[in-house]
Amino acid sequence: MTGAGGMLAAEPFIRWDWVRDHTDDIVSNLWEHVQLTVLAVGIGFVIAMAMALISLRWRAAYGPLAAFCAAMYSVPSVALFALLLPFVGLGLRNALIALVTYTLLILLRNIVAGLDGVPPEVREAADGMGYERWRRVLRVDLPLATPSIVAGLRIATVTTIGLVTVTALVGEGGFGRFINEGLSRQFSTEIVLGAVLSVAFAIACDVMFVVAERVLAPWARPQGVVKAGRWGERTLARWSRHRRIADA
Amino acid sequence: MTAAATPADTSAEDVAIRLEHLTKTYPGASRPAVSGLDLTMPRGELVALVGPSGCGKTTTLKMINRLIEPTSGTVWVDGVDIRTQPTHELRRGIGYVIQQAGLFPHRTVGDNIATVPKLLGWDRHRIKARVDELADLLRLDRGLLGRYPSALSGGQQQRVGVARALAADPPVLLMDEPYSAVDPIVRAQLQDELLTLQREVHKTIVFVTHDIDEAIKLANRIAILNVGGILEQVDSPAEMLRAPRNEFVADFLGDDRGIKRLSLMTVRDASLSKGPLVAETASADDARSTMAERGYDWVAVCDGDDHLQGWIGASDLDGAETVGELTPKPFLSVVTADTTLKAALDGIVTSRTRVAMAVDDDGRYLGMLTVDDLAEGVTA
Repeated sequence: MTGAGGMLAAEPFIRWDWVRDHTDDIVSNLWEHVQLTVLAVGIGFVIAMAMALISLRWRAAYGPLAAFCAAMYSVPSVALFALLLPFVGLGLRNALIALVTYTLLILLRNIVAGLDGVPPEVREAADGMGYERWRRVLRVDLPLATPSIVAGLRIATVTTIGLVTVTALVGEGGFGRFINEGLSRQFSTEIVLGAVLSVAFAIACDVMFVVAERVLAPWARPQGVVKAGRWGERTLARWSRHRRIADA
Repeated sequence: MTAAATPADTSAEDVAIRLEHLTKTYPGASRPAVSGLDLTMPRGELVALVGPSGCGKTTTLKMINRLIEPTSGTVWVDGVDIRTQPTHELRRGIGYVIQQAGLFPHRTVGDNIATVPKLLGWDRHRIKARVDELADLLRLDRGLLGRYPSALSGGQQQRVGVARALAADPPVLLMDEPYSAVDPIVRAQLQDELLTLQREVHKTIVFVTHDIDEAIKLANRIAILNVGGILEQVDSPAEMLRAPRNEFVADFLGDDRGIKRLSLMTVRDASLSKGPLVAETASADDARSTMAERGYDWVAVCDGDDHLQGWIGASDLDGAETVGELTPKPFLSVVTADTTLKAALDGIVTSRTRVAMAVDDDGRYLGMLTVDDLAEGVTA
């Protein structure tokens, strides 16, 4: 492509014409970025949830599981890609395994914290009402842990979006492809484009999770006092504070 | 009606819950939390389990819905050993109310109330109708049904807790210190409401409390437990106050047992004195002689229909021809047949004349109560 030979003095910091000519690349890299993020966080969530439920059943399991996740979390990403090379080579599998690994600690901790935060009297009431154990976890414990779980997903997702760019080193990368290419060709437009798009995607996801939390846990809002009801009603109610209702 | 009534005493028909040699020793504990407890709970009665902390009252309660498994002994509910059915089925058939209500914060008030009917698989219309019915029964505004529990006051939350426990109309209700977390004014209100409710629903209620006054106010029977789950006495509140079986029970009832008994009796139970009384038409001399005769320096005045008008002091009569010329001063304490003797006593000690005047619902004079009259009732 253009710009071979490096950054010339005459070369502007951003070449908008180059950006315009590469909208196809932007779309395909976005798609890859989305796929890697969703797959990594999705798989990580399933594994972390399984570990959390095991911890809920056998409390003693939590310590070792959390320690394992923390140890994995502390391995530098570049080192992990290299460590995985002999087993899975370059490509999607290498990238995914690494990305999933980094989501586990955050997700496990938040799920467990959310489950621990269920008030004991609520749990006891549920047992006393005649919930079977699995049904209580599903209908009471997990819904009440939702704010904490969504917060974990939010951090894990934003972190993963950043890490995805690094997977360009093993031939994946999403927007990281731009950065990688820009670095090797010393072409600032591509570096900036990759970084800006990656950050923008992270911010978009962050906002999405804030909205998701409000929708999934309407009772947990700071004012808390919102009339439940149909969608429009809820949205309206969100903006108006309700005063506490005094004893009749 | 004393402790350790054997199961054979009462026919199975009238007994809702029977505890038989119930013992619970927690793992690692040196002494049992509950030891060899025998107790029967008659159908439709409210039995209060009372005692100091560590007396195993909550443990006992939770063994009835198997939130705690007994170490030994048997719990019979409606003549059935509770171990013979799955725990979740047993619990769906027993209402459970706990301290601070324990409402599900993520469900609306209506959904909270609908919990057990939903578990039982009722259809939507039946659930909706039942929730509305319970809201009315517990005097909860139906507008609250769509709100989350966090929007409710402590008292309202506790009412929702009771509504939720009653939802599937279980014959038995377990209440574990339900009112200990609300302020005293709301607590008194909730207690009154429970009494009213119970007159309507006639549940067998096991009520755990550390507050003996609450137990006296609410219970048909009180079981006093000592540390280690030892049953000291089971009796009606009046009988227990009259004849505490031992020092522990007497201490637990408090040094104002006599006054507490007065709170269980009403003016109807007392013998009224006649009191110094004249009609409006009586002459001043008649009034003076009535005072002298009865030994008072005042006299009560009635109109022609026996309606109590007030009282006139000896000095007021100076210069008057008849009682009717004077304006009687109102009595500070006027009681009716339903007034508790404790309230009457309060009226007596705070009034100038040191008496409480009893009238019927139309204000007609019935008689007079003095401290002596009350003392007679308590020692009788």
